[in-house]
Amino acid sequence: MKAFISVFPVKGMRMGCVLGVVLGGILTSHVNAQEYPADSLKLINLNEVIVISTAKQLDHQKQRKPLSTLDEFLESSRSIKMVKRGAYAWEPIMNDMASERLAITIDGMQIFGACTDKMDPITSYVDVSNLSEAQIGSGQQGAAFGNTIGGGINLKLDKSNFKSTGWTGSLESAFESNNAMRVFGGELNYSDKQFYLNTDAIYRKADNYSAGGDEEVQFSQFEKYNFSVNAGYKLAEDKSVAATLIYDEAKDVGYPALTMDVSLARAVIGSVSFNQDTLFGNLSNWESKLYYNTIKHTMDDTKRPDVPIHMDMPGWSETAGFYSQANFNSAQNHFLFKMDGFYNKSYAEMTMYPNNSNEPLMFMLTWPDVRTKDVGFYAEDHIQFKKASLKLSTRLAYHSNTVADDFGLNSLKIFYPEMQKTNTRFLKSFSVQYHDMWKDFHFNTGVSYGERAPSVSEGYGFYLFNSFDNHDYIGDPGLNTESSTDVNLSVTFKKPIFEIAATANYFHIYNYIIGVVDSSLSTMTIGAEGVKIYTNLAYAQLFNTSLSGRYNISNAFKWTGQISYHRGIDNDGENLPLISPVSYRSAIDFYKNQFSASLSVDGAGEQTNYNAAYGETKTAAYATLSASFGKRFFVNENDLFVKAGIENLLDTKYSSYTDWNNIPRMGRNFYLTISYSIN
Amino acid sequence: MKTLTYIFTILFLSVSFVSCSDDDDNTPVEVNPVEGLAMLYKVEAADHTVQFYSEKQNLEVGYNEIYIRIKDLAGNTYVSDAAPSWMPMMHMETMEHSAPHTSLNNTEESSVYKGHIVFQMPSNETEYWDLTLNYTLKGEAKQEVLRVTVAQPADGLKKTSVFTGSDDVRYILAYVNPKEPKVAVNDMQAVLYKMENMMSFPVVENYTITVDPRMPGMGNHGSPNNEDLVYMPSSKLYNGKLSLTMTGYWKINLKLLNANGEVLKGEDVTEANPESSLYFELEF
Ligand SMILES: [Cu+2]
Ligand SMILES: [Cu+2]
Repeated sequence: MKAFISVFPVKGMRMGCVLGVVLGGILTSHVNAQEYPADSLKLINLNEVIVISTAKQLDHQKQRKPLSTLDEFLESSRSIKMVKRGAYAWEPIMNDMASERLAITIDGMQIFGACTDKMDPITSYVDVSNLSEAQIGSGQQGAAFGNTIGGGINLKLDKSNFKSTGWTGSLESAFESNNAMRVFGGELNYSDKQFYLNTDAIYRKADNYSAGGDEEVQFSQFEKYNFSVNAGYKLAEDKSVAATLIYDEAKDVGYPALTMDVSLARAVIGSVSFNQDTLFGNLSNWESKLYYNTIKHTMDDTKRPDVPIHMDMPGWSETAGFYSQANFNSAQNHFLFKMDGFYNKSYAEMTMYPNNSNEPLMFMLTWPDVRTKDVGFYAEDHIQFKKASLKLSTRLAYHSNTVADDFGLNSLKIFYPEMQKTNTRFLKSFSVQYHDMWKDFHFNTGVSYGERAPSVSEGYGFYLFNSFDNHDYIGDPGLNTESSTDVNLSVTFKKPIFEIAATANYFHIYNYIIGVVDSSLSTMTIGAEGVKIYTNLAYAQLFNTSLSGRYNISNAFKWTGQISYHRGIDNDGENLPLISPVSYRSAIDFYKNQFSASLSVDGAGEQTNYNAAYGETKTAAYATLSASFGKRFFVNENDLFVKAGIENLLDTKYSSYTDWNNIPRMGRNFYLTISYSIN
Repeated sequence: MKTLTYIFTILFLSVSFVSCSDDDDNTPVEVNPVEGLAMLYKVEAADHTVQFYSEKQNLEVGYNEIYIRIKDLAGNTYVSDAAPSWMPMMHMETMEHSAPHTSLNNTEESSVYKGHIVFQMPSNETEYWDLTLNYTLKGEAKQEVLRVTVAQPADGLKKTSVFTGSDDVRYILAYVNPKEPKVAVNDMQAVLYKMENMMSFPVVENYTITVDPRMPGMGNHGSPNNEDLVYMPSSKLYNGKLSLTMTGYWKINLKLLNANGEVLKGEDVTEANPESSLYFELEF
């Protein structure tokens, strides 16, 4: 396993630059582009790829904390921030936009969380141990993964891909002092030219963590297992089939920032795919996949003291889908065509147990069995000129929502007597990206337009309590489609030992969907301040910019740094919630003779542009210091890797703007990881 | 090419998501006119019987819909021209009084007569209700007096209110619908009578009853889009909308306003005043 931030997935730096630095910020630690074989060159030009592991050689020295959670990996990305409701299952934010405005997929599969309170982002249903990389595309660069406004993240599973490696395996373990997290994992793989089989298992268990100053954060424990199997078989030289199965289960997960915990979050994710090198002679890399996943999420408040009323809130999400894609290459044009579709069923209920046990149970549907059908067509053309290149892409999709449960339909009709059972939309996305080079300068610029349908909660949520602004939320099935026009610009100056990049993007979002207070409504949740209805604002504006740099001080020492600024306002000039203040990150990395070390600082300025109407309070400035040390040993041709580190060295007590209800983050934490791989 | 076809078939199948139609064709069938009703009483006369039906298993304090059928034993037929009328009476130790009731009318099935009675109080060992029924059978006037038992509603929930308004008039307000409340906007109905004297209870017309449902078990939260009950001359009922956002125990707080909008009974629900003195209770 290894993790470093590589900037481009495509072959060579020249290609990589094409759309690489469009967004986000920094050329972080190691500009170490993945060498992709030419025939698998995918024309999905991503802004960023976080390499989590590579199927072949372990390369741990490149990674500051090898067995960290996927959440921590994503947080290390320059373009992603994470909303934290506890120690587990953080929610990714990109370009100041969260889940409903992002397209998040696992190996191209659409998966939707089963929690009405966003306690289970898709990223919580996999583990770093079975992933190879996170492909990140900002804005419409993420449209290949689905309809999006803010961008797309695809978590790619780790596969052996018919390399003749025979049997390989590894064992890994880690311990963290702050929350006594124990991690045990292992994998066993077989691969030859005809067949491969990858198996992986990992177990994590953590107790409550302590914030800076040794203050225990109650209900921050969690326990998680993840098993995965994937196998491939070559039918012929140019044809193969593959199948994957992931079972992920988290139990006893505390959410200190919320009023409820989770007793069970379980996902079963499976797919079969067919791959053929050529199709009709002209199309190449034809890949088709059928998939299915089912998620169960059970919220639980039985361990919380003094709940005003005990409630059970289970939720289910089931998705079946497919995609089929192929490339078409000519001398100048590289096309990618993709057909995809999914059918999702989202159902969630709430049962409350009255304090007077003679009264009947109180029951309602919070997600009224919403069936979402989506069929889309995506195409892109990457046109190569001498020094410049142009990428055109589009996604056209048919999207419909149907409320399948009559109980739920009648519930919503309390608010919307005229509502229809089914709501259909046609979603469009277009994007143009241009790249040019002049001496050591790289210029990237692009204009895009994209649309998205409201999420299940935004369209059909029924009294969803949001503990951040202390309001009950109600969806509106008649919401307009949200659309966004964005422009992006980046300039990179690059020399072998030195690199600096400035990037900026601006989103003008029409029909921006957000909860607006309706003071005529009565709350449902005891203690809630009011009721908000999801509403279209005329527009909202988001602006993100960053400056980043790298300097190779010597062969062994390297410095990296990044600073970013974000601003988000609505049509009245009011601040939007969850917009980052000025934040920065800087690190010095050392690597020599299989020994690695790093020292990094992470911080943010005071959050001045907050909005109390969304429950935000001013978050103070902070900075934390971390260090790590690693050594790689060779034992009988096998690899033994040991890494230790300290996070939040000065035991600072702090919280960032993304910490739900300002729950404090972890204080000083020592970690130790040991990996042994048998090649 | 074979695999191709196969793959395309799968893709095609997955694209054409099956959409099942739920429409059932309801072909009309012969229905028993008293299907689903319970026969509470049966009066046996020489050549005919009188049957009393209700949706409930017994008569209760509050609003009771009562169905009557008269069976001619000779022809084994049900009579549709009996023109029945009735008078409920309570015999208390010190006095007698009647109860609000409608006339009895033929229903769609002309041999079934229907009306309702709002009983204000239950019967007990020494105090009882009876029902005097007058009707004609083959041109001959008949009378039957039937002693009936009136119980308090088994669920113990308050669905009838007998009170004196601020205009010093005695009113009887009774809950009619929804019989099976749903999490939805329900059609709500109630009846309102005033007590002129011991024997006369005319329907009160053109008043308004405001509706404010609350869940006392959950911080006394309310619900949106309720509509006040207003008088419908056609049905002589007060009609409005009752929205219930979840199952459970609800207290339906009411206020009675006369035609001039003056409050005769009931108060607004506020933080300081969690309930009105005029209310119904619901559980589902
Ligand atoms: Cu949840
Ligand atoms: Cu309630």
